[in-house]
Amino acid sequence: MRENRVSTWLYRHPKSRLAMLLSAPLTWLAVAYLGSLATMIFSAFWSVDSFTGNIVHQLTLTNFRILFSQSVYGVIAVRSLGIALFVTIVDALIAIPIAFFMAKVLSPKLRNFAVVIIILPLWASYLVKAYAWRTMFSDSGVLAWFFKPFHIATPGYGLFATAITLCYLWLPYMILPIYAGLERLPDSLLEASSDLGASAGKTFRRVIIPMIYPSIIAGSLFTFSLTLGDYIVVKIVGGKSQLMANVVYDNVGTAGNLPFAAAAALFPIIVILGYLTFVRRSGALENF
Amino acid sequence: MLRSKKVMAIAGAISTALLVIGGSIVATSSASAASLPKVPMAKSVGKGEGALNIIIWAGYAENGSSDKKVDWVTPFTKATGCKVNAKVGNTSDEMVTLMKSGGYDGVSASGDATNRLIYGGVVAPVNTALVPSYADISPFLKNKSWNSAGGQMYGIPHGWGANVLAYNSAKVKPAPTSWGSVFDPKSPYAGKITAYDSPIYIADAALYLMKSQPKLGIKNPYALDATQFNAAVALLKGQKKLVGEYWSDASKSIQSFESGNTLLGTAWQYNVNVLTGDKKITVGSVLPKEGSTGWSDTWMIAAKAAHPNCMYKWMDWIASPKVNSQVAEWFGESPSNAKACNFTADKTFCATFHATDATYAKNIYYWTTPTATCLDGRTVACKDYAAWTQAWTAIKG
Amino acid sequence: MKISRRAKWILGGLTFLVLGFIYIPLAVVVINSFNPSRTFSWPPTSLSTVWWSKVFANPDVTSSLFTSLKAGLGATVISVVLGSCIAFAVARYKFFAKNTISLLVVLPIALPGIVTGIALNSAFNTLLQPLGIGLGLATVIIGHATFCIVIVYNNLLARLRRIGGTLEEASSDLGASTFQTFAYVTFPMIRSALVAGGLLAFALSFDEIVVTTFTSGASVQTLPQWIFNNLFRPNQAPIVNVVATILLIAFMLPVWLSQRLSGGSAASSRL
Repeated sequence: MRENRVSTWLYRHPKSRLAMLLSAPLTWLAVAYLGSLATMIFSAFWSVDSFTGNIVHQLTLTNFRILFSQSVYGVIAVRSLGIALFVTIVDALIAIPIAFFMAKVLSPKLRNFAVVIIILPLWASYLVKAYAWRTMFSDSGVLAWFFKPFHIATPGYGLFATAITLCYLWLPYMILPIYAGLERLPDSLLEASSDLGASAGKTFRRVIIPMIYPSIIAGSLFTFSLTLGDYIVVKIVGGKSQLMANVVYDNVGTAGNLPFAAAAALFPIIVILGYLTFVRRSGALENF
Repeated sequence: MLRSKKVMAIAGAISTALLVIGGSIVATSSASAASLPKVPMAKSVGKGEGALNIIIWAGYAENGSSDKKVDWVTPFTKATGCKVNAKVGNTSDEMVTLMKSGGYDGVSASGDATNRLIYGGVVAPVNTALVPSYADISPFLKNKSWNSAGGQMYGIPHGWGANVLAYNSAKVKPAPTSWGSVFDPKSPYAGKITAYDSPIYIADAALYLMKSQPKLGIKNPYALDATQFNAAVALLKGQKKLVGEYWSDASKSIQSFESGNTLLGTAWQYNVNVLTGDKKITVGSVLPKEGSTGWSDTWMIAAKAAHPNCMYKWMDWIASPKVNSQVAEWFGESPSNAKACNFTADKTFCATFHATDATYAKNIYYWTTPTATCLDGRTVACKDYAAWTQAWTAIKG
Repeated sequence: MKISRRAKWILGGLTFLVLGFIYIPLAVVVINSFNPSRTFSWPPTSLSTVWWSKVFANPDVTSSLFTSLKAGLGATVISVVLGSCIAFAVARYKFFAKNTISLLVVLPIALPGIVTGIALNSAFNTLLQPLGIGLGLATVIIGHATFCIVIVYNNLLARLRRIGGTLEEASSDLGASTFQTFAYVTFPMIRSALVAGGLLAFALSFDEIVVTTFTSGASVQTLPQWIFNNLFRPNQAPIVNVVATILLIAFMLPVWLSQRLSGGSAASSRL
């Protein structure tokens, strides 16, 4: 057996092994990513020259003053939170029965097939799916054609269309963690519950839901943060509405006012960081 | 616990260090509106660099992909070797931001973008001696307030036109004649009206008020004091209830008309031309009796253009009589080159668009950047573009 | 608990409805790719393959497809390397700040794409522009790799936790060097998790639009950017439907593969 000096040295110095493992990714994430995030957040305290649009490097609270004094931003923030909550709840309600059916009722072979057909739409382009809903909601589109015999008009473009499209886009992200959580749930637990006399409904409420609660939270992290950060779906099916992410995007991409966009972006950042801390406490991040 | 606090402290120190470094590297300066940045002007045009990145309005750089017969980019590439990569900007604001982000050689800027670009040091003055087509440009487009500064031209005029009121002529009867039809709270087309998604649209509301409420005393829709501005904003907030979609992407507006989601609203003649050509719906357009806002576009070259020779060649190409007539007819605007009228396929085109009529050109309220110093010369405080931008977010709600 | 037959039927019915909800819009896209009209009024009056014949002749489609492939490969390679490093560190070592690190890894994907995009864009402009480097394919890859790390990390971490460290210890007890243990014992056990994670990371990078918009600059255009720019253009929008249909079909195999490789249920693992 050959003496491998490097290998031995590595074996004897676990701390150096750890340092080598962590140095590259941490430089990337902590320094490059966090650094640029911090710079962006810092720029929220700058402003732009109103004529040329160049950034003025003087600390000021103008952006925050505008955000808090003009009521429209509060309205938009509440609206965005509301849509995020709506999407999360609706997706959870849709996902639980279908995940339960997949995990507990289907045979293992069918189960894998079911997972594949749930994941497959994730790989269809996000833009195309959003655009498909534009076709669905348009005045001469699928929904209008389907409901014409019932004399119901299509709801048209707007907040409702935005919410439904977002529910549609993020549904697989909610189904998968709940499915994984239900799969891990041993059948024996459910049998024991009914042996002890609980009805199906009670078992569901007292045993299943608490056990998959972390999975629901994990899925909700996706639906919540993806909804809060989305500005494209609104542009496609949202008609004349705007969400907080649009305020950020319009100020960066169109108005060229990075400081104001950064100040507005603090809203989703703070909300999501708060949600992440809450999620971590519930142990949901472990069960990805 | 103590250890993770140490990590946090170290992380915090690193971040602060990065911020200091980042803040000191960023070398932007805020130029006051009065001082003109010194940007060098090209002295000669050499061989093409092989590529050209430009920001354009929809329809300004057709390469045959929209209609096989409509193509002035491919002959340009054949003649100069410059491969054109054109990015469509939907609003002037987008164009300014894109130009400042770097990587582009030039832009077809409207009057509400040009001065911001000039005073921001983003574009270079144009040596008109190097652009042979410049000699034939209509004289009333040269040395205007929006395309020159300090007596020096900063671009080559491209064309000009007015925003029109487009309507689905099968569903909107009788045909509208006034901008009032998009502001009328009792409009039968509520929910199917469209408006341009840019703060500059406030000027359209101001223009309507100029004629419908003369007591407000609006003389220039881009020079609005507090009272006049608030009146325009109130009008637009009322209009929001009638609007189905705000548009900035021309293609999206065209599609919205065709699917029946939009029945009338402000549009470019380009939109109307495409709709007419598609034959999906019958569309009409009218220049309402109050007059209209419009744009006078100028090709400008970036101060740090990577392909300056190709850009100069492009400016000369697009301002040349034949090409200028092609783009003017495709888009539906008045060409800047007076000789273009000899080349239009439709012989009445120039007459319809008043191409050489200097008086008509003067009566369009071209997109201009509003400033705190009133553009109509008054000494009161006017609302600047930052106020317009904020108000626009509030209007959309 | 016994699931009654009635409950099974109800659940099955609900599942069927949900699957319909998921697939009907996709079916609309596929059908519209055969709709010769350029404005997709529904229902299509006729079916034709006119757009299918145009799609490959369009140079923009093929060049943006190549750009997306290159960006995806670059991002996948980088994220596999970096993600594995962190996964090994967290799974096999004891150190402080493990929770902070897992939070840090999740952050690029948890924060809205527009935030990541703006942050990276201003960082690139600040640091690279003075050096004369513009935004381009490299900056796109950097952006994508940043949020793809967590995908590989999660997959690998789950697998490393499942297989435990006993086999590796046994291997070095029997005299294998660090590299031999890795090559002959560890790697075969994590290989499928790496592939699954890599496939998912590739898919995420391939479909990403928001961060890409802010990191791509003037000269680079990925396939999602092409789709976005042509969504509403009357002559190109139908081709978008064709591209979408092709992507859907093309990805069916990798999805199925990734699902099989990641092992599916925990019960299938023997270790």
